[in-house]
Amino acid sequence: MSSSSFRARRTLLSSAAALVLSATFAGGALAAETIKIGLVTAMSGQSALAGEAITRGMQLAIDEINAKGGLLGGRQLELVRRDDEANPAKGVTAARELIYKEKVAVLFGGLDTPVSMAIVPLVNQEKVPFMGPWAAGTGITRNGASPNYAFRVSAMDDIVDVAMLQYAQKNFKSAKPGMILVNNPWGESNEKGLKAALAAKGVTAAGVEKYEANDLDMVPQLTRLKAAGADTLFLVGNVGPSAQVVKSLDRMGWKVPVVSHWGPAGGRFTELAGPNAKDVHFVQTYSFFGKQTPRGEQVIKALMAKYPSIKGPGDITPAVGVANAYDAMHLSALAIAQAGSTDGDAVRQGFYKISGYDGLIKKYDKPFTPANHDAIGADDYVWAQFIDNRIVPVGTAN
Amino acid sequence: MQLLSSLLAGLGLGSMYGLMALGFHVTYAVSGTVNFAQGSSMMLGAVLTFTFAQTLGWPMLPAVLLALLLCALYGLVVEVLAVRPFASRGSNAWLIATVALGIVLDNVVLFTFGKEPRSLPSPLAVSPMSVGGVGLGVYPLQLVIPLVGLALAAALHAVQRRTRWGVAMLAVVQNRDASRLMGIPIRRVVALAFAMSALFAGVAGVLIAPLFNVNADMGTLFGLKAFAVAILGGIGSAWGVMLAGLLFGMLEALITATLGSGYTQILSFSLVIVVLALRPNGLFGRAEVKKV
Repeated sequence: MSSSSFRARRTLLSSAAALVLSATFAGGALAAETIKIGLVTAMSGQSALAGEAITRGMQLAIDEINAKGGLLGGRQLELVRRDDEANPAKGVTAARELIYKEKVAVLFGGLDTPVSMAIVPLVNQEKVPFMGPWAAGTGITRNGASPNYAFRVSAMDDIVDVAMLQYAQKNFKSAKPGMILVNNPWGESNEKGLKAALAAKGVTAAGVEKYEANDLDMVPQLTRLKAAGADTLFLVGNVGPSAQVVKSLDRMGWKVPVVSHWGPAGGRFTELAGPNAKDVHFVQTYSFFGKQTPRGEQVIKALMAKYPSIKGPGDITPAVGVANAYDAMHLSALAIAQAGSTDGDAVRQGFYKISGYDGLIKKYDKPFTPANHDAIGADDYVWAQFIDNRIVPVGTAN
Repeated sequence: MQLLSSLLAGLGLGSMYGLMALGFHVTYAVSGTVNFAQGSSMMLGAVLTFTFAQTLGWPMLPAVLLALLLCALYGLVVEVLAVRPFASRGSNAWLIATVALGIVLDNVVLFTFGKEPRSLPSPLAVSPMSVGGVGLGVYPLQLVIPLVGLALAAALHAVQRRTRWGVAMLAVVQNRDASRLMGIPIRRVVALAFAMSALFAGVAGVLIAPLFNVNADMGTLFGLKAFAVAILGGIGSAWGVMLAGLLFGMLEALITATLGSGYTQILSFSLVIVVLALRPNGLFGRAEVKKV
């Protein structure tokens, strides 16, 4: 009786020991430190949907990389997100936390140019590579720092502005375009870019008008542009105010071609702007509609499997956020692999060593050099219109 | 012609400011307190109407009525949670408490309603108006708004002069203690004022929803401008704040149309300061006389 109970206890003890041991070993395997990738973007407020799109694109790429065994000898990637509420001060605070506390290997930014502009000096000082999957402000990557830690897989205002003029001249024979721009650093960045693009082609603008992001009625501004003889409008603004511009045009009964930055793609533009939404031509870096490459089909399938709310290409919105973030994450992983460590300066140089990557947006060939931190150029842009609530590609700049 | 359409649009916008400023006026007149987050009450009206009419597919009339009723209820909540506990202790903390409650509401809406701006269709905002083939540059709804605004200001005036509750309100304004001695339920009068305040903002929200993008932070800037308008008109006068709203809206439109949008905010708000320097009690306000 007593001996059997003793044996029982011993079995119990040894199995407990085995359990502890196996837990230790399993724990050891798990503890191979993850590589943290930071993301500071808007996750609340008007731009929240954009933050979600960036997250989805990044997470999809991270899942793919982790499924293939991770990086640097089996270390898994982990996404760490913080909300910047589209506020530069909050963005910098969040970036500090991710850099100092979470020790992220690469820090991703969101869609708001003012926030990214505020974070860039910090990453250059702390030598942490920054990847912009959305915000298009020219000064984010062309920030004058050396060495420069800011990279981007997205459109850039200066190039977009040249492309907008090209597209307007080619399709609408524009001779006297007017600008209607949001009154913030993004609008300012484009005002400079558009003026430079116009000057290069010897075109004079009919006028430059600004509006506040929460303005409801742009009739007065548009009336001034009309009186000045504008034959085309260059529009820069997020989806809400862009829709108000279209509605104001409708009220005025002014039929004028509108060539826009990519703001309208950020939401339900057709619902917000009404039937005239289809008249706005805007720039995109990628469209999930139309014929897809095998990589494109694979991404759509994976998104539908991972997110039940995605039932087709129309639900992958805003498309540019998902596509840019997906390619940006893969390129960042390649840079870390090239660096052979998560050391900031090594990863920065790792970006230059990427020879090629067959991505979603295009086949990248030496995407980054010390002189060029933007992986996407004017030839990669796609022009699109909202037709029946879908973003339909309609042409290229050239 | 161009000026006319700008002016008409400014009139519509101005009456929105006026309506919301009317909300500041009713509570200030009775209790010396206001709901600083008036913009959130306006947003609530728009969001609820959108939810009932679009998401649930109800007919417009019941959707609007229920939305407005809920706005009035929200006004009661503001008074009970954010104003009464502080005002009764003589503290000014209701200032920040109402702002805080508004932020809470904005974020609750963000979670429940969603992050995407939406648009409420209205038959009054489909095709622009024209007279004799000349476009006026506004939707019919933009001319309905000032009518509703003025009608509500008139109704408020009539209620204050002709009904028992209105007279009770005026009595509370004049002398709180005497009113209490006369058996006027002061607490209920103040609560009623806050319900009306949120109701006015809700009406503004319902009217503006088809013209604007419906989302959680649509009211923020409006609330701010409406407060400026309330001060400009003289917060103690119902007609004053409504007229100041109309003036402010048209002023904004005129500056934008003539000098350009870069000058709108600078000039319109500078003018507010100038007016207040010259007439400290607002354009239409009277100096408060404390009878001892």
